[in-house]
Amino acid sequence: MPNKLEEKYADRIAHHLSKYPDKRSAVMPLLYIAQEEYGWVSPEGIRDVAEIIDMDPTQVKSIAGFYTMYSEKPKGKYWLQVCTDLACALRGADEFHAWLKDHLNVEEGGTTEDGIFTVEHVMCLAACDKAPMMQCNFHFVENLDKVKMQELLDKWREETAATES
Amino acid sequence: MNIIYREKDVPNIREFDVYAKNQGYAGFKKALSMDPKDVINEVKASNLRGRGGAGFPTGVKWSFIPQSEPVKYVVVNADESETATFKDRQIMENNPHQMIEGALICAWAIQATAVYIYLRGEFWDIAHELDKEIEKAREAGWIGKDIQGSGWDCEVYTHLGAGAYICGEESALLNSLEGLLGQPRVRPPFPAQKGGGLYKEPTVVNNVETLANVPYIMREGADEYKKIGTEKSTGTKIFCLSGHVNKPGNYELEMGKVTFRDLIFEHGGGIPGGKQVKAILPSGGSGPIVPATDEVLDTPLTYEDLQTVGTILGSASVMVLDETVDITWAASKMTKFFKHESCGKCTPCREGTYWLDKVLDRILAGEGKPSDVDLINDVAGNMQGTTLCALGDFAANPILATIQHFPDDFKTHVEGDAALAAGD
Repeated sequence: MPNKLEEKYADRIAHHLSKYPDKRSAVMPLLYIAQEEYGWVSPEGIRDVAEIIDMDPTQVKSIAGFYTMYSEKPKGKYWLQVCTDLACALRGADEFHAWLKDHLNVEEGGTTEDGIFTVEHVMCLAACDKAPMMQCNFHFVENLDKVKMQELLDKWREETAATES
Repeated sequence: MNIIYREKDVPNIREFDVYAKNQGYAGFKKALSMDPKDVINEVKASNLRGRGGAGFPTGVKWSFIPQSEPVKYVVVNADESETATFKDRQIMENNPHQMIEGALICAWAIQATAVYIYLRGEFWDIAHELDKEIEKAREAGWIGKDIQGSGWDCEVYTHLGAGAYICGEESALLNSLEGLLGQPRVRPPFPAQKGGGLYKEPTVVNNVETLANVPYIMREGADEYKKIGTEKSTGTKIFCLSGHVNKPGNYELEMGKVTFRDLIFEHGGGIPGGKQVKAILPSGGSGPIVPATDEVLDTPLTYEDLQTVGTILGSASVMVLDETVDITWAASKMTKFFKHESCGKCTPCREGTYWLDKVLDRILAGEGKPSDVDLINDVAGNMQGTTLCALGDFAANPILATIQHFPDDFKTHVEGDAALAAGD
């Protein structure tokens, strides 16, 4: 019997499996799908992926744990990853990252009480000429400053409130 | 001179139709009319060198592939994770078909059955756009079965990584693509050999920028290409300029025709606030730092010239540090990067980056001792040449160079009042 991921994402999973001569290669794209479904690479997600590609769940979990873009715990609706590597830091990224955490009242890697934002720092994202910058749920947001960031936070809060009401 | 960033001369060249109308896929078409061996010889004759950092001759790399093997692969390294490197991203965003065409020419030259483009996971949006462009090239008959009536089949796929610098190292990249942990392999066998490549088949792994040079070489010929640049550094190079400059960004420049001074002051618009340049990191976090002396600033930017001043061209990710930067802090930043990105397989790198970070944190907190500088030299020295891949060396080299060139920046921390108070 197909599991939840197989049922819901049949076409996308079939597409990824068709790309490789060995289905084990699909572990990474399938983990992204699991993360999309469960919000993080949850035990259910790991189990589903392992079943589809005939891997041991422990092996799938080790792959998920190796990479930073698979989250091993639930995150806020907006996962804000600020680059604070050297090139960005030369253009004020450390101060920006510290301000953002302070402004949202979260610790490093923490999530706001309303569950909307998670903030953490990451290594170089290949956008050094547009620092400070971050990725929000894997989409780049560049040339940031406090004013622009505040506008984004307001917008995302409003969007969240609109979907909830 | 824009061989790669052709969007500057041809607006919207990112779109298949525009690319096709502007000599797009003409190099591939020419290659398809040639014997694959002659294609390899043409690329060899161009003296094109790998743009990912190592500078290995591209045609020579292709010639290592055993033609007798039935299954072979081309893997495009679009992992672009070196600190301060953002050039391949612009190619894929603005001129993606040139990379795809270059990869297909390589695939024809080695008679590969498939091309995998491995993008770092953070290039999520880019990969999804790239998939659409690949489909357009497929519809036009440049990808798939019996390409342009040649009787040869070749597929092109994208594969997203998920946030690991190490996967830019070619053997770790291959492991990651196979669904294994992204850790380096023991070599030999090398990727070009049977047993060493993707799914153990002979594989060429080339950087995005490298492959984007190939359509021009095929279209115009190696002799024409060699007129650009110097004898040992042919062609253009994209310089990623970042840090303390007024106009950070990517600059595609003819090799040997510009110096650091030209790059920073002419193209980059100089230093904010009119400050002095203190140091340059010419190849992201991996190349040795150099003090911005007149000799360094006036060095022509080529593979061979940068060696004479004790550093490398590498990926040409040029970070500019002005006079206000504490080099000890910069060393700590680089070390934190490598500590985080060490894959953990080799002990000297895993443990070495951990201890370097710990000692540098201590020094920056004012709790360091003069002997800590010797300790850093010792730990970093023991990482050099003792790991399976170059990451161990990459982590060690910049730290050693910072101490060599900027000893006073370290002394200030370990011989100040704070250090004395710490009891040394």
